[in-house]
Amino acid sequence: MSIDLNTVWFLLVGALLAGYAVLDGFDLGVGILHLFVDRDEDRRVFINAIGPVWDGNEVWLVTGGGALFAAFPPVYAGVFSGFYPAMILLLFALIFRAVAIEFRSKQPMLWWRRAWDVSFSVASFLGSFLMGVAFGNVIRGIRLDAGGEYIGGFIALLNPYALLTGLTTVALFAMHGAIYLVLKTEGGIQATVRGWVNNAIIVFVICYAATTMATLLYLPHMGQAFKASPWLFALPVATMLAIANVPREIFRGREWRAFLSSCATVFGLMALVGFGMFPDLVRGVDPSTSLSVYNAASSPGTLKTMLVIAGIGIPLVLAYTVSIYWIFRGKVKLDAMSY
Amino acid sequence: MDVTLLSRIQFALTIAFHYLYPPLSIGLGVALVVMEGLYLKTRLPIYQQMTRFWVRVFGLTFALGVATGIVMEFEFGTNWAAYSRFVGDVFGSALAAEGIFAFFLESGFLALLLFGWDKVGPGLHFFSTVMVCLGAHFSAIWIVVANSWMQTPAGFRLAEHGLGRRAEVTDFWAMVFNPSTVERLTHTVLGAWQAGAFLVISVSAYYLLKGTFEDFARRSLRVGVGLALVASLGSLATGHLSAEGVSRHQPPKLAAMVAHFPVSAPADLYLFGWVDEPGGKVHGMAVPGMLSWILHGDASAPVAGLRAFAPEDRPAVQVVFQSYHLMVAVGMTLIGLAAAGAFYTWRREVSPPAWLLRLFVASVLGPQIANQAGWMVAEVGRQPWIVYNLMRTSEGISRSVSAGAVVFSLVLFTLVYVLLFALFLYLLDAKIKHGPLSGDLAASPKRA
Repeated sequence: MSIDLNTVWFLLVGALLAGYAVLDGFDLGVGILHLFVDRDEDRRVFINAIGPVWDGNEVWLVTGGGALFAAFPPVYAGVFSGFYPAMILLLFALIFRAVAIEFRSKQPMLWWRRAWDVSFSVASFLGSFLMGVAFGNVIRGIRLDAGGEYIGGFIALLNPYALLTGLTTVALFAMHGAIYLVLKTEGGIQATVRGWVNNAIIVFVICYAATTMATLLYLPHMGQAFKASPWLFALPVATMLAIANVPREIFRGREWRAFLSSCATVFGLMALVGFGMFPDLVRGVDPSTSLSVYNAASSPGTLKTMLVIAGIGIPLVLAYTVSIYWIFRGKVKLDAMSY
Repeated sequence: MDVTLLSRIQFALTIAFHYLYPPLSIGLGVALVVMEGLYLKTRLPIYQQMTRFWVRVFGLTFALGVATGIVMEFEFGTNWAAYSRFVGDVFGSALAAEGIFAFFLESGFLALLLFGWDKVGPGLHFFSTVMVCLGAHFSAIWIVVANSWMQTPAGFRLAEHGLGRRAEVTDFWAMVFNPSTVERLTHTVLGAWQAGAFLVISVSAYYLLKGTFEDFARRSLRVGVGLALVASLGSLATGHLSAEGVSRHQPPKLAAMVAHFPVSAPADLYLFGWVDEPGGKVHGMAVPGMLSWILHGDASAPVAGLRAFAPEDRPAVQVVFQSYHLMVAVGMTLIGLAAAGAFYTWRREVSPPAWLLRLFVASVLGPQIANQAGWMVAEVGRQPWIVYNLMRTSEGISRSVSAGAVVFSLVLFTLVYVLLFALFLYLLDAKIKHGPLSGDLAASPKRA
């Protein structure tokens, strides 16, 4: 089986967005859980657990957006302009998340810290939810005209399916964040966080089951690839096994493996969406208006040039990412340079 | 108001606010490389204290740059969908390259720069500082490449595609090194160095006036002045090259910069003035034939003026003229300040007088004003085109976005950015008042 250039770019953009979900997913999850602890020191531990890495993690979104712009301009243009109010709110969520992390511990006043704690948490929740809603709509199908312009209106974006994928995303990131916090904390706060993990898994599994049922019932196009190649069912099974593995690893004190299992879960879910969608990037309510890797791609020349850029860039990116996570491995220790 | 104008206002607001921070990161990045390099060379604790203090300032400006930068990347899609479809091949590539080459490098090593003091040895920490500085410059390269292509498109062809007409890259390197890339990139980067250098100068002068942290301030001032002198003189040279480039590739923009109206005549250069656009003249003080002389070495050489172009193809003359003159005036003042600083740095036994220190404190505003004014010249001067001579700005907007939606986002951006700016100034002021930490003198970084 040979893979054409358009498919390669589907995989690359997908890998960037999946990388974003795996990495910034736990940052957002930590933010969602932030208000569940009260002590100032515990909240500082939460923020510093993601302190050295969240900014680099967000770059996966920036680069994923850039890659989408470069490889599939009509998708970038159609979705970002079509979902205008949601995109603007997402931007404010990302802005407030960033400045809350930076500003919070810079002043000692209680009101100051409380205000930024709330900003951090609400922004993380809202950001995760909006990304989930956007994904849900792209999967479910939106009304596009022949020029790839969204014509559905804002209210249509808030349909039950998209709201469900939004909540599922929040539950997924909260679970992922809780598991990351187990890895990065110690002592009393770790015992607290450890207690959250099982509940977070249960909430997520319920959301996930509901989303899966809704998808199979109402969106048969998402199951086509799986019907055609039944071996693909290994993927959802592996994803479920990865989730089930998390409590086991935590029970045995193997926190790294628990976290990697959670990463595998997030990645597996993104892969499921990818297999279900291909070759479409955005589903049209009228399938002839769908934006696919073929009708929405940049010129072959640009796809080739970009592939060279990716070939040079991605190994470098992986090298930095691994090094940074290695250097900042271990439990969070607060010091003078901490947030 | 129509959607085009609202989207332009929103883009101008968000880019102007964003552009307060990246120049500081680029310029402070260079200053940090110098300071930490001096520390590695001399092992004097004072240089470590300086590095740590300026790293904290850097961290604050960087965070604001990240928070406001992500808006820019989304905004092409949200507000300029038709433009995005038209230029995705070109502009998208540059943005993706910026992400993969610049942002990953910057953000990864920034973690070490901010939090890695006790995790890595001094050599590796210095390496991180260099990488962050390099990443900031890479970012400037790709975004100026993309913007320069909008000014002087090259290396492409127009093609019909299923979803409409678009520009497709035919020669990647011709696209990257389009006719205005090099002069605009160097001019932009030097302007950013000025922003960082004059922030260092301003804070140091403030400490010297107050008589606190004097050793710290004198040494910081020396680093700032050195960088400011190089950058300010370089800005003059690259600015000249840019103006020459504009005269060749975007003559209506040049005509607007100097408010030269005749179809073809020797051109004067106004030192300052007010443009009477309907009357086609300028009230102000001019050096006769100066523009012709600068461009062609001959004071009587003809230069194409605004009337050589159809009224619908001309930019807003007053805005471009005033922005250009403001930029040049501020740039000249900064050269003077940097030279005065260099004089006192060279004669080490004499301290700069208080009046000069007061000017230094205020000088931090100079590069910010000049950088903003420069962007106004570049972008307003390109109008009415979004991609010069290829696509009009009004053709580039998102058709699915209503004026009401843009009003909603514009109001929110204005409120949030005013809040963020106030908080930024408040925290920066607190950091400066607090000054360098005495603990940073004693801190001993981990040995590798």
